[in-house]
Amino acid sequence: MLPVLFIFSTLLPAVAAADTTAILQERCASCHNLKGPASATLAALWQRKGPDMFYAGNKYRSDWVEAWLQNPKRIRPAGMFYMDHIKPGPKRDLVDTSTLKGHLKLNAADAKAVAAALAGLKANSALIKAEKHDASMAPGPLGEMMFDKIYGCMACHQIEPGYGGVSGSEMYTAGKRLTPEFMLSYIRSPQAWDPKIWMPNKHVPKDNMQKLVNYIIDLSKENFDE
Amino acid sequence: MNRYILNIAMAALLLLPAISQAETAADNYKTYCIQCHGMQGNGMGENIRDMSVQPRDHTDAKSMGGRSDAELFKVIKEGGLAINKSSLMPPWDGTFTDDEIHDLVKHLRKLCKCKHAG
Repeated sequence: MLPVLFIFSTLLPAVAAADTTAILQERCASCHNLKGPASATLAALWQRKGPDMFYAGNKYRSDWVEAWLQNPKRIRPAGMFYMDHIKPGPKRDLVDTSTLKGHLKLNAADAKAVAAALAGLKANSALIKAEKHDASMAPGPLGEMMFDKIYGCMACHQIEPGYGGVSGSEMYTAGKRLTPEFMLSYIRSPQAWDPKIWMPNKHVPKDNMQKLVNYIIDLSKENFDE
Repeated sequence: MNRYILNIAMAALLLLPAISQAETAADNYKTYCIQCHGMQGNGMGENIRDMSVQPRDHTDAKSMGGRSDAELFKVIKEGGLAINKSSLMPPWDGTFTDDEIHDLVKHLRKLCKCKHAG
């Protein structure tokens, strides 16, 4: 009984209004994992239709969630899992855009309710509590060099629309989308969050993790998405 | 302070590599490698357009034959810098077990239809 209580206590929002959890089940559960755990096998990973949401409250900035749900735009240029959306091209493999599907759009009231419910899904809180973001560690010109060359993040992530890799999520909006602690933790170990994810652990030293995150936050202030 | 140390300790436990099922080399290759090395393994992955260094063509018997199995194991596990190549090739030690990497080396030998020439 205790494990069951524990699971429910970690999943339910602090202000668990019945209608907000119901709205997650109704609108989100068919594509998003709301309960965890993350995929432990490739077979399970390949079935994933949308990002895991069981730790959404630790991952996303709630204000971004509420706004995005009312005006959803693609975050991963090659879709949730790039392997499902590629085709051979003359010079390189290409994203098969004909297979990409959009995200449903919510009205303001539903977006607010969903954002509030997602904010209560806080699995992996120990990982978040272990991180301390230091906004004072400015990356300077090294930021882009670290992202592009030293750690090669740009191989999979775009730093402005149309520039960079496509199999990862766009980074020019990540500073608005993600909490700094989540970015730190995910860079520290993507596999701690998602054991089979196709992002490798680059073993970034702790000071450079702070600078990378501050670079990503600075990048989002360029407002490339507007 | 004690609470901070406790949080670090709890996080360290969670960071231990998850015990997960070994996957086949073919499945690992298509999940993790083709994003850069391409669906055909020819180095023409969907991510390559803006890369300063192009990924290795795994079907090129001449260049792949120049690498020993130990070097291929090392570059997959520790990344390009470990064999003085590009940092764009990441270390995959957080993703694959050593056994899975050995299987991937065998898979690469099938793709290049080659052995180490040395």
